[in-house]
Amino acid sequence: MTQAHLDVRDLRIHFPTDDGLVKSVDGLSFSLDRGKTLGIVGESGSGKSVTSLGILGLHKGGGAKISGEIWLDGEELVTASPEHVRTLRGKKMAMIFQDPLSAMHPFYTVGAQIIEAYRIHHDVSKKVARKHAIDMLGRVGIPEPTRRVDAYPHEFSGGMRQRAMIAMALSCDPELLIADEPTTALDVTVQAQILDLMRDLQREFDSALIIITHDLGVVAELSDDILVMYGGKCVEYGTAEDVFYRPEHPYTWGLLGSMPRLDREVSERLLPIKGSPPSLINVPPGCAFHPRCPYEERTDGKSRSGVPELTQTEGGHLVRCHMSKDERRALWENEIKPVLESQ
Amino acid sequence: MITYIIRRVIGAVLMLLVVSVVTFAIFFLVPRIAGATPEAFASRYVGRTASQETIQLMAQRLGFNDPLAVQYGRFIKGVVVGSEYDTGTSVEKCPAPCFGYSFITQQPVWPDLLDRSRVTLSLAVGAAVIWVIAGVSTGVLSALKRGSFFDRSAMGIALAGVSLPIFFTGMISLVFFSYNLGWTVPGGTYVDLTVDPLQWAYSLLLPWITLAFLFAAGYARLTRAGMLEAMNEDYIRTARAKGLPERTVVVRHGLRAALTPIVTIFGLDFGLLLGGAVLTESTYSLNGLGKYAVDAITNNDLPKVLGVTLFAAAFVVVANLLVDLLYAVVDPRVRLS
Amino acid sequence: MSRRSILATAALGTVLALGLAACGGGGAAPTPGQTGAASAGAAAKDEFNASIDKIWNPSDKKGGILKLANNGTWDSLDPGNTYYGYSFNFIRLYGRALLMFKPAPGKDGNTLVPDLAESLGETTDGGKTWTYKLRKGVKYEDGTEVTSKDVAYAVARSFDKKVHPSGPSYLNELLDWPKDYKGAYESKDADISSAITTPDDQTIVFHLKQAFGSFDYIVQMPMTMPVPKDKDTGSKYQEHVISTGPYMFDKNEIGKSFTLKRNPNWDAALDPNRPALPDGYEVALNVNADDIDNRIISGDLHVAVAGTGMQTAALSRVLPDPALKARADNPSLQRLWYTSVIPDVKPLDNVDCRKAIQWAADRTGLQQAYGGELSGGEIATGMIPPMLAGYKKISTYETPGSKGDEAKAKAALTACGQPNGFETNISYRAERPAEKAAAEALQQSLGKVGIKLTLKPFPQGDYFQLYAGRPAYVKENNIGLAINGWGSDYPETFGYLQAIVDSRTIREAGNYNLSIKMPEVDKLIDSIKGEADEAKRTEMWAQIDQLIMDQAVTLPGVYAKSLLMRGKGVTNAFISDSQQMYDYVALGVQQ
Repeated sequence: MTQAHLDVRDLRIHFPTDDGLVKSVDGLSFSLDRGKTLGIVGESGSGKSVTSLGILGLHKGGGAKISGEIWLDGEELVTASPEHVRTLRGKKMAMIFQDPLSAMHPFYTVGAQIIEAYRIHHDVSKKVARKHAIDMLGRVGIPEPTRRVDAYPHEFSGGMRQRAMIAMALSCDPELLIADEPTTALDVTVQAQILDLMRDLQREFDSALIIITHDLGVVAELSDDILVMYGGKCVEYGTAEDVFYRPEHPYTWGLLGSMPRLDREVSERLLPIKGSPPSLINVPPGCAFHPRCPYEERTDGKSRSGVPELTQTEGGHLVRCHMSKDERRALWENEIKPVLESQ
Repeated sequence: MITYIIRRVIGAVLMLLVVSVVTFAIFFLVPRIAGATPEAFASRYVGRTASQETIQLMAQRLGFNDPLAVQYGRFIKGVVVGSEYDTGTSVEKCPAPCFGYSFITQQPVWPDLLDRSRVTLSLAVGAAVIWVIAGVSTGVLSALKRGSFFDRSAMGIALAGVSLPIFFTGMISLVFFSYNLGWTVPGGTYVDLTVDPLQWAYSLLLPWITLAFLFAAGYARLTRAGMLEAMNEDYIRTARAKGLPERTVVVRHGLRAALTPIVTIFGLDFGLLLGGAVLTESTYSLNGLGKYAVDAITNNDLPKVLGVTLFAAAFVVVANLLVDLLYAVVDPRVRLS
Repeated sequence: MSRRSILATAALGTVLALGLAACGGGGAAPTPGQTGAASAGAAAKDEFNASIDKIWNPSDKKGGILKLANNGTWDSLDPGNTYYGYSFNFIRLYGRALLMFKPAPGKDGNTLVPDLAESLGETTDGGKTWTYKLRKGVKYEDGTEVTSKDVAYAVARSFDKKVHPSGPSYLNELLDWPKDYKGAYESKDADISSAITTPDDQTIVFHLKQAFGSFDYIVQMPMTMPVPKDKDTGSKYQEHVISTGPYMFDKNEIGKSFTLKRNPNWDAALDPNRPALPDGYEVALNVNADDIDNRIISGDLHVAVAGTGMQTAALSRVLPDPALKARADNPSLQRLWYTSVIPDVKPLDNVDCRKAIQWAADRTGLQQAYGGELSGGEIATGMIPPMLAGYKKISTYETPGSKGDEAKAKAALTACGQPNGFETNISYRAERPAEKAAAEALQQSLGKVGIKLTLKPFPQGDYFQLYAGRPAYVKENNIGLAINGWGSDYPETFGYLQAIVDSRTIREAGNYNLSIKMPEVDKLIDSIKGEADEAKRTEMWAQIDQLIMDQAVTLPGVYAKSLLMRGKGVTNAFISDSQQMYDYVALGVQQ
């Protein structure tokens, strides 16, 4: 059986706290091949960042209960020793964080931080590592890398910092790259440049890329597949085409409706999602989304009692909803799509 | 940078001048306002049944009859260009910086200050090494094992450390370790480093530990808080994501950030200590600057009081300057201007 | 209180208990000084007051180093510039005055014996001219012989109070110095033969302004210790005093420490008074007072050189512990703690109001305030301490248990015309806890009869110059009561009492006495000066004391005592009436 490069199966990450068990990720499965991009979309608190840190093994030893399987290049990571997973971090899998200003150490130069990342996994002299760092900075489009390598993070602009962050993540040529809200902290024009850069580099390095965002717009351009998360669970999963042109989950509709566009003011949300994300301790019974779902009454109260299964609608397109496939499609075609397209 | 330092040095000198004026005012002007005559000043420095004539002679010799401004001017002049001292049989040169002669022992103050500062410096350096190592490592471990038995007991001891006065811990440890167990030497047995380094360390061991205990407690608490904050920073997650071993993450990334405020506090604490660890020196009868200051004040020995105050103030001012300069080195985000 | 803090307190208690038990002298491991102590213990039995009136652990064995510590520092080591009691005691180790007090326990120690001189002073004109003959062959530490000119020079240099302000000025005042004489430094070539003559190298003659019978007591003071003129360095002489005694300075760091070693040029044959037992002395200065006590208890130190008694902290351990108390001595001092009742301040100008204070005062409470029977002293009934001639127990204001008598106090108040009491202020030295406690004790007991006292603490450095010793200030600020203390320079009633009862000594400022201004007392003093019969003099002193108490111008507190501890491993320890502490000339180290 040919296995995908990254294969996550029934991943659960639960945190015991004084107030109760926080089920940040609750039965998540997906897979990703090299050269492909997966977008994980959801509001804050939906469990997407926890998922990414879980893959990197950064929850280990932190009191989290992790179950399920994470296969990376034929290796299972959940049961692997923390020390082994550490040697894979940075080398086989790397991460780009949301706010590069706080994610980079303020007291070390950009170069030193890249050199450090490189030298953990490569037994080379400082001089060689430094050359590599300069090379990487050049490849992510930082002008005058030989000079900038000795600059501190606070001396960079936001975009440059994120480029440096990417250079650091890519310094060991990872097979899997996870970008957690890579553009959220940047202004709009820079966002596009960074996304372009990431797409180019992904091709160049042939890595598997996971982009985590609350903004469908970001993943629209890059992703092959999209996974929509809500309350720690996947609510819709499919190809970018499936999710953008044939979305079937009311939450996805809401996300599409609140997608910012260059030609539209952010405030004009077409299909706003009322209410706020669910508490992960007291997850609402039944469908986690039902308190916010405009179509909740169409399920005869099923959504209040039973957790809907993630079911296949067509091909690899999966949706977790109590409404019937036909009902969802009808709603999309007749009510949602026209409104979205009216713009 | 250079102009910054020059400006700060000028500021420091002005600061010392202000300190000298204030000290001078406290010991010379305030009593005058309260009604002290030159004779009243002089009467402190004569034998107990001295006649009025003796007192007047003394007032004249010590210059109490002159206006205060003249007395202050004479003091500053002595510091800047030196002065002369009549021993009765000869006139002795007191080279700059001359802080005058003790009203009681007739000894020049400046050599005393230099001599005493060796003791205080020895005390401060040794204690600082101990408290920084002990305090910071305890703080780090406490932060990493937050809520554990170690954390709770270490913080409990730290609380005791900052609350127990030195004359208490010092006396108890002297009685226990020195007089009863005989492990260490009793107070007042300071041996200079240049004489015998081993005896030097041995004679200071107990004062070091006692003084370090007081500070280590504070540093442990400070480090713990700093580490807890630092270890929650995003860059720690980044460091881990890079695959750094946990030790490197804690030391190079966490501790490095948590140390910044500690460096500042340390500079100030150390500067203050160099001005004399009054309680430790008194308890262990170490003839350092702190003990010198206490003795000078109890004896109303004004030249000594002025000298030691200025000397101590100079340490604090210099420490402040160094801390500010160091801060720019420690935290690259800080710009000096 | 949370559980944690209870635990912490308990832990603290344990530490304390450990520390205190450790202090208790149970003794675990021996400390350096204890080895000697063990054998000393075998030689002499520890017993409370074993050094009073007798010699504890007598020995003539030489050797060892006597270790001493001082919680402060000498006023000066210079014989011409020192006035501290312990300095007068200690200085005899490195200097020989014309006379000295006999190193002997108790009353016998009050005797003057010749030291540098061959015999006591001789006078042929009733005390106006005093002649002393020096022993022949006495040498300085450098081998030079001592002559009478050196003694004359020493006295002349001590005249200069600008250079030597701390020493006593008796000789400045008693001798017939030339007019405008300024001392050996400024009046270098002045002819001082009107005051001192040296007919030959062995003879020195002092010429007084007027007869003074107790002159021998003056020349036993260190001002007559010879100083070689060419070695005198003025105010720096204390850095290296040229010794004539059995010991000379080895290392001397002013304000820190000094050591004495044997003087090779001292000849025991020419010195009948000094056994010179130890091989040397180590003296640490400015040592924490509590630490000194602890070290004496543990055996690490032999003597607290200041000789003023143990600190409160140590007393609370020593007194309840029989083993430690057995090492303690409780000598009486020639010192009185008292309160001046100042008649310049209304309504104390009325004798009955002053008597009301005498009757109302709880003297037992006052004694407690001064430190109790052992470290405070004996309840005083007059101005003259028991050790001095003229002492008599005065029973004028005797009350049951010395606790005061409210009825008699109220009667006195009525007689004074203040039946409901009155208000006045009481001054004391702010730095002295005992004086504060005494003021509070008086405030309490006088308050019972309606005499309201307001406490007025003043800094001790300026107490006499600016406040309680300044008549104008006292009057203006209604200081009706002023707490005072007075000790004698030498064990002789004239020297002790005259300065605090003779109204003619009262000046504009710096007075130790403001309250006793009685012509009949002044007259008696004049009679005493001219009286050759000692018994009659003693009788007159007692008369003065009674007169003062009749006028109620002073409220005696306690005749002071102190609590000293014999260091482990000392020999030949005794307390003489002259030193009122261990005689440092005699002390030795157990071999």
